[in-house]
Amino acid sequence: MQTDWIPLFPESASSFSWQIDALYFYLIGISVAFMIPIVAAIFWFVVRYREREKFATPEEIHGSIVLETVWSIIPFIISMTIFLGGAVVYYTQYRMPDDAMQVYVVGKQWMWKIQHETGQREINQLHVPVNTKVKLTMTTEDVLHDFSIPAFRTKADVVPGRYTYLWFEATKPGTYHLFCAEYCGLNHSGMIGSVVVLEQDDFERWLQGNAASQTPVEQGRDLFENKLGCASCHAGGSGQRGAVLENIYGKEVKFVGGGTAIVNDEYLRNSILNPSSQVVEGYQPIMPTFKGQVTEEQLMALVAYIKSLSGVDASATAPSAPAAPAPAPANNMGSNSNQGGR
Amino acid sequence: MQNADAFNPSLMREPKDSYLTNGYSIKSWLLTKDHKRIALMYLISISVFFLMGGLYAAAIRLELLTPNTDLLQSATYNKAFTQHGILMIFFFLIPSIPATLGNFLLPLMIGAKDLALPRINLLSLYLYWIGGILTLYALMQGGVDTGWTFYTPYSTTFSNSYVMAVGLGIFINGFSSILTGLNFIVTIHTMRAPGMTWFRLPLFVWAHYATSLVMILGTPVVAITVLLLAIERVVRVGIFDPAIGGDPILFQHLFWFYSHPAVYIMILPGMGVISEVISNFSRKKIFGYEFIAFSSIAIAVFGFLVWGHHMFVSGQSIYAGLVFSFLTMVVAVPSAIKVFNWTATMYKGSISYDTPMLYAIGFLGLFLVGGLTGLFLGSVGLTVHLTDTYFVVAHFHYVMVGGQVIAYLAGIHYWWPKMTGKMYSEFWGKVSAMLVFIGFNLTFFPQFILGYQGMPRRYASYPAEFQVLNIFSTAGASVLGVGLLMPVVYLTHSIFAGKPAGDNPWMLPGLEWRCQSPPTTYNFEEQPVVTWEAYEFGEENGLDIEEARRSAGSPVTV
Repeated sequence: MQTDWIPLFPESASSFSWQIDALYFYLIGISVAFMIPIVAAIFWFVVRYREREKFATPEEIHGSIVLETVWSIIPFIISMTIFLGGAVVYYTQYRMPDDAMQVYVVGKQWMWKIQHETGQREINQLHVPVNTKVKLTMTTEDVLHDFSIPAFRTKADVVPGRYTYLWFEATKPGTYHLFCAEYCGLNHSGMIGSVVVLEQDDFERWLQGNAASQTPVEQGRDLFENKLGCASCHAGGSGQRGAVLENIYGKEVKFVGGGTAIVNDEYLRNSILNPSSQVVEGYQPIMPTFKGQVTEEQLMALVAYIKSLSGVDASATAPSAPAAPAPAPANNMGSNSNQGGR
Repeated sequence: MQNADAFNPSLMREPKDSYLTNGYSIKSWLLTKDHKRIALMYLISISVFFLMGGLYAAAIRLELLTPNTDLLQSATYNKAFTQHGILMIFFFLIPSIPATLGNFLLPLMIGAKDLALPRINLLSLYLYWIGGILTLYALMQGGVDTGWTFYTPYSTTFSNSYVMAVGLGIFINGFSSILTGLNFIVTIHTMRAPGMTWFRLPLFVWAHYATSLVMILGTPVVAITVLLLAIERVVRVGIFDPAIGGDPILFQHLFWFYSHPAVYIMILPGMGVISEVISNFSRKKIFGYEFIAFSSIAIAVFGFLVWGHHMFVSGQSIYAGLVFSFLTMVVAVPSAIKVFNWTATMYKGSISYDTPMLYAIGFLGLFLVGGLTGLFLGSVGLTVHLTDTYFVVAHFHYVMVGGQVIAYLAGIHYWWPKMTGKMYSEFWGKVSAMLVFIGFNLTFFPQFILGYQGMPRRYASYPAEFQVLNIFSTAGASVLGVGLLMPVVYLTHSIFAGKPAGDNPWMLPGLEWRCQSPPTTYNFEEQPVVTWEAYEFGEENGLDIEEARRSAGSPVTV
């Protein structure tokens, strides 16, 4: 849909943004179609039936069941078309594709920390290739935020303590606004940045030019095997004390005392932070909590690594980026930041 | 206005006895059980809060003239919009029509001496004052910067401002709402005059019945929520804060479970006023009485089922989003029914252009825009783009200001002669109605466009490309401000220098027009008996129209 010629209309630059625009124009059309007859009727009545004699007693009209039925049913039908249109678009916006490039986002007052699956990190900027599906896995270190890209016609809240997701496929190279759209305190209006959409070649060059640190999976393996010592219980073959993590992703697990859950990102995150809240059958509640010892970014890396043990995720098949150990500043960016006074 | 007043014949004709002359001491006001005096005290109190909320609005609009933070820094700006919201919603909009016009008129309209529970009524006023003073105290101590929505975990863990004091103020004020609602329901059930059947009730009363239901059922939930917030902030029990095992989304569910129905607490009484004004100033029986009455009840009931439409992007499941979107569309239908019926009421009427009617016609236009843009926001896929932008700000101001505040002004002008016994300047009334309408549209219409362009709300600074429309908006706000201040001046002036209104200046059939202006303490000299249907304008209802025409001068031809 060509919308460039419309004054005061925002740029439309994602694969589904035309759907939102079309819905918007449909609603404007309906609004105008309602407004014109009603406003015309009001004007007509006000002029035609103006007071000609003080305290007149015009003839009574009680109402009309037929009219009431008509003007109940027609708005209902129209509102259902609006609902269905919205539902279809919502489904497109919020159902995550399986074959997308992964990007990890951690919000904190008042910046966006972003890491690519190939390891590159950015702050308040997100570089993505054009015509490629990109899926964001997001969380926050402190309060609610919202990752909003008006030109792509999508946004999602970023919620502490859980993962939320956002996806898009940019269709036009360019630089677009990135806003935090959920009020997050003092410098909320400063929590802005940009999404830079590059041609494929330019994006490859950008990746090359930004020496990557470890990829999230590598970083997760490092944490798992060395820094946090997860491997001492979770990677010892058949005799290990902790749960076997290979091929666990997407499976159903049974808890001691009843209840089941599907192993997903949320479940893995919670198992690291609150292990005793969901002890799986066949295991002892002996795992200590890692709350306060891992940052949100490290958690994302751990989850990415554990997922890779099940062969899931695009990151497992990601093109190998320069994996040389990166300079420390890039690697540590923000990971030692305070936890908001907890 | 001072010296001339001493000889003003209108003052000489001050009614023999009225609720205003029944005692002049401060005590006779503060300990009164008279619903009319309580209503007047509410009127003054909410006007003070409205003025303060308006000053914050002015500060916000001035800051947004330029893209950078120059007039207000972010910290001040965040407090300004938070406090604007808190004062306007909890201390102006929610009590506005019910506590002033509702309090004053409900007994008059149903032919009762007072509300069923006069002491409880006074208690509501005191609770409102206590809640209000506590909130003002917190604002003066340093204020709050959480947004009126108090979203966790910002409000529980990260904000160092006076969240608890304001929360307590809102908590106490909530009980004022609950008691008022309770009082209205009991009054409507038990105090109707003989012959005043349910379907002879003015639609204003039906609207207040629906409002009261929402007040009683919804307000306790916000009280509970504030209490949980306090428990978490003070005792550190994890309820909403994920760091200690809570869930921030739970807070949003609880908050909107009240605050969405609260939108209907704010708009339903306004709809009641508009039904009265349009019917009475067209001298036409309201079109589809039962449909308007039951659409109020339908809005009150369905209003409880749509809170999730505030949370489409919060991370709730997409299926929940779909269900809430569907229910939101359903709740649009009763509002549409009302608009159609109001318009049809004017057909073949005898429409006068008095100030209340001008406000009411303005309401129709603005409420149409507010309602239709509600469909944009109810359509879930579109809302993902629109939510948290200026589109939402524009939408709810169209409903809350374009709807409720304008209906409130229509009502104040309509019943002013009854409340004070004086007529205000019709000329200035018409000018203010025009200015409010024009200023309002100029302020808020550009915000729809800003919203679709993606300008987020609650931003102290913004990208420069949004500036032009913001300048329009601020310019409109200054016109709107003037339009809103004018009634304060000419209405106050009319109390001292207005012409006496007479008991029934417009020859209307409602019971409130069949008692003295201003009414005596017990409203009616003798128990009225109702033998007519609502909104019948002929002489058979005992209205001496011929006499009224004679005393009003020659028949008008407009």
